[in-house]
Amino acid sequence: MTEILDYGIVPIAIRRVRQEDLPAIVALDAEITGVAKPDYWSEAYTRYGQNRPTERAFLVAETQDDPPRVVGAIAGEVRAWEFGSPPCGWLFSMQVVPDARQGKIATRLFEELRRFFQANGADTVRTMVARDNHLMLSFLRSQGLRGGPYLQLEMEIEPDLDHAGKGR
Amino acid sequence: MKLQLASRLAVYAVLELAARPERQLSAAEIAETYGVSAHHLSKVLHTLRRAGLVQSVRGAGGGFRFAGNARRTSLMDVIDLFEPFDGAAASPVEPGSDTPVGSALNGVLTEIDAIAQATLRSVSLATCLKLAGKEAAA
Repeated sequence: MTEILDYGIVPIAIRRVRQEDLPAIVALDAEITGVAKPDYWSEAYTRYGQNRPTERAFLVAETQDDPPRVVGAIAGEVRAWEFGSPPCGWLFSMQVVPDARQGKIATRLFEELRRFFQANGADTVRTMVARDNHLMLSFLRSQGLRGGPYLQLEMEIEPDLDHAGKGR
Repeated sequence: MKLQLASRLAVYAVLELAARPERQLSAAEIAETYGVSAHHLSKVLHTLRRAGLVQSVRGAGGGFRFAGNARRTSLMDVIDLFEPFDGAAASPVEPGSDTPVGSALNGVLTEIDAIAQATLRSVSLATCLKLAGKEAAA
């Protein structure tokens, strides 16, 4: 069990995302996941950053440096009746740069999104997390999330076979 | 799901000590709080001490003190010291497991184990103490 120091609260400002933040968000995500996805984040910016501002939020945390540095981001939306659920806030993504962690940035980003959801008619936050993403699972549990009434199910789509048993 | 007794005692002891890390408690004091055997708890505390989660305090009024990191230690980290949680790898081969039905059942049980493991791994001692605080306030 590794001892990790708490570096105290990092001074940040949280605001809505701007187009010029995209390169920093792509870099932040690539640093964490190892994969750069500029098209994905461009679409996410359009969906969560520009469309339906009363239902969707895409927030960034930037430092108080000159120039400020984007060190975290969070996106989500209020959705109604998906999977039979009354309106609830779906957390779609969240990242904090590794060298700025342990400074309560994720906590403050999450809190802002939670407030956005509540102000826009949702009284529940939901999300989906990979079972082996221990860091995210542990963080979300620390914010009060717990297992919900849904199960995520999946299957591989196998190719149809014709009468000869060959793929179509 | 049901934990083995030693695992449950270990979680009780670690959380009780982590709740106030400046405090030391004896096995008897912790056992009395939870209505469990002090003898069993002593054995559990010995294992927790070897794992570095608690330290024993000698001298008059000695006992045990929390020595870990509550935010970085999960329930799984504690339970793992007392019972294997590796699904199929840890369980003895059950009769009929080599049949299609037995294999299908094992697949379902493995899925359940994986979810249980992920859940226990996601709850830190600090988070569990927050949950306990809410229970106390309710």
